[in-house]
Amino acid sequence: MAEEGKFKVTIDGIPVEVAPGTTILNAARLIGGDIVPPAMCYYSKLEGSGGKCRTCLVKVSKGSEKDPRPMPKLVASCRTTVMDGMEVSNITSDEVLEARKGVVEMLLINHPLDCPVCDQAGECKLQDLSYEHGTEQTRFAFERRTFERVDIGDKIQLHMNRCILCYRCVYVADQLTTKREHGVLSRGDYSEIATFIEAALDNDFIGNVIDVCPVGALTDKTFRFKNRVWFTKPVDAHRDCPTCSGNVTLWYKGDDVLRVTGRKDEYNEVDEFICNTCRFDTKRTQDWILEAPTKVDNESVITANHYLNFNPPPVIKNSSELQAANEEQLARTERLK
Amino acid sequence: MQSLSNRKKVIEQKPMNFWERIYLPAIFKGLRITLRHFFMKIPTVKYPEERRPYSKNFRGQHSLKRDEEGRERCTACGLCALSCPAEAITMTAAERTKDESHLYREEKYASVYEINMLRCIFCGLCEEACPKEAIYLDGPHVTADYLRKDFIYGKDKLVEPKFDIKMLTQEKSI
Repeated sequence: MAEEGKFKVTIDGIPVEVAPGTTILNAARLIGGDIVPPAMCYYSKLEGSGGKCRTCLVKVSKGSEKDPRPMPKLVASCRTTVMDGMEVSNITSDEVLEARKGVVEMLLINHPLDCPVCDQAGECKLQDLSYEHGTEQTRFAFERRTFERVDIGDKIQLHMNRCILCYRCVYVADQLTTKREHGVLSRGDYSEIATFIEAALDNDFIGNVIDVCPVGALTDKTFRFKNRVWFTKPVDAHRDCPTCSGNVTLWYKGDDVLRVTGRKDEYNEVDEFICNTCRFDTKRTQDWILEAPTKVDNESVITANHYLNFNPPPVIKNSSELQAANEEQLARTERLK
Repeated sequence: MQSLSNRKKVIEQKPMNFWERIYLPAIFKGLRITLRHFFMKIPTVKYPEERRPYSKNFRGQHSLKRDEEGRERCTACGLCALSCPAEAITMTAAERTKDESHLYREEKYASVYEINMLRCIFCGLCEEACPKEAIYLDGPHVTADYLRKDFIYGKDKLVEPKFDIKMLTQEKSI
């Protein structure tokens, strides 16, 4: 036994001490780095999430100090709590990597792979996951299931084709709003996120389903096809909002705010949920107090053309002499035409 | 001092003799060379009337391709602009309406697609990045022009013409 009331776990050979009741995934996040299992459905801010997608499977090679037998099957690390003396292997186990490859293949069976069209491309967790763990070819020989895209309210668009049924948006509606109007209908291969008779979702916090969606199934209609994520520049900003904390990330293209999202951490989870007014209705710079450019992971595509200071010095100095010469030249060519 | 390379030649200047002083042999020698060139094969190619054989992987002007039904392939995904080291490509995306599905392949298309040919270095990275096989650098050389604004090629110059079997003639067009 380590410290009083603390459990000692070893994940990929790295020991860490955590409180009893912590899941393996959260213990791994305490260590950080490459050994953190990827998670598509688990969301630390949503109660009861996790256990749906199976991407966070790990191998428990030693159950605990008292009962050192290994667990017979791979376990979902987001739902399994740690025991004292537990030994877990994630990336050091070939079995886990093989299983994860299979899970990604399963998730991609019905995914349309329309990344060039999808607005989520560039910040999509499924893209990252399949880049890291997926195979190059699908073995699925049948038709993919297809749905028509649905407008949920006037600000949110649902592309059911892209959904991986992680249930995060259902939990958001359950836990953040008083009245849930959408859920998962049907079963098995036919299950889909839907609203009854396409009822519009109009709660103050319902816009958060866009942020929690790990794929491009729920997207912002006000940002639809406006620009690609990696051409916009994220800037942290806040505003005095009566309903939410008002801490957001603004995504700039030039001088225009193209969209507003919550501030996301390294696991793509928002720190604080923001309200619909902040997300959809306040898209001018004067509505916000700007703080600093958002820190973006070096490996992310969003870092392309990303500057660290607000007003980078101009590449070319203004020279009045040169401008006058250019105007003269233009006048001459105009005359000659 | 001894030379390092041992290849130093000492040139000694001597006064010119009689034949050198009258210059005539030197003049005829020069004229003979000039005359010989009259009968040699001319290496100059009069582009664009006449063309040398091009390499298979020659990269010329870009063209935006159409699919087998004549619809534009480009979906404005922005990967060409992202990969472009010279930042020559810009585009604006738009959503396809119901009655435009015979014009554009996907639900999103590029309403504006511009390449600044003064910036372009013809590296072919856009071609490699394209997931939709929509852009190829298979055109001719980009020709010279007088004004800077004429070097910004829009969709009118880039999108390849629609294939029409009736317009097909036996003559080989250049």
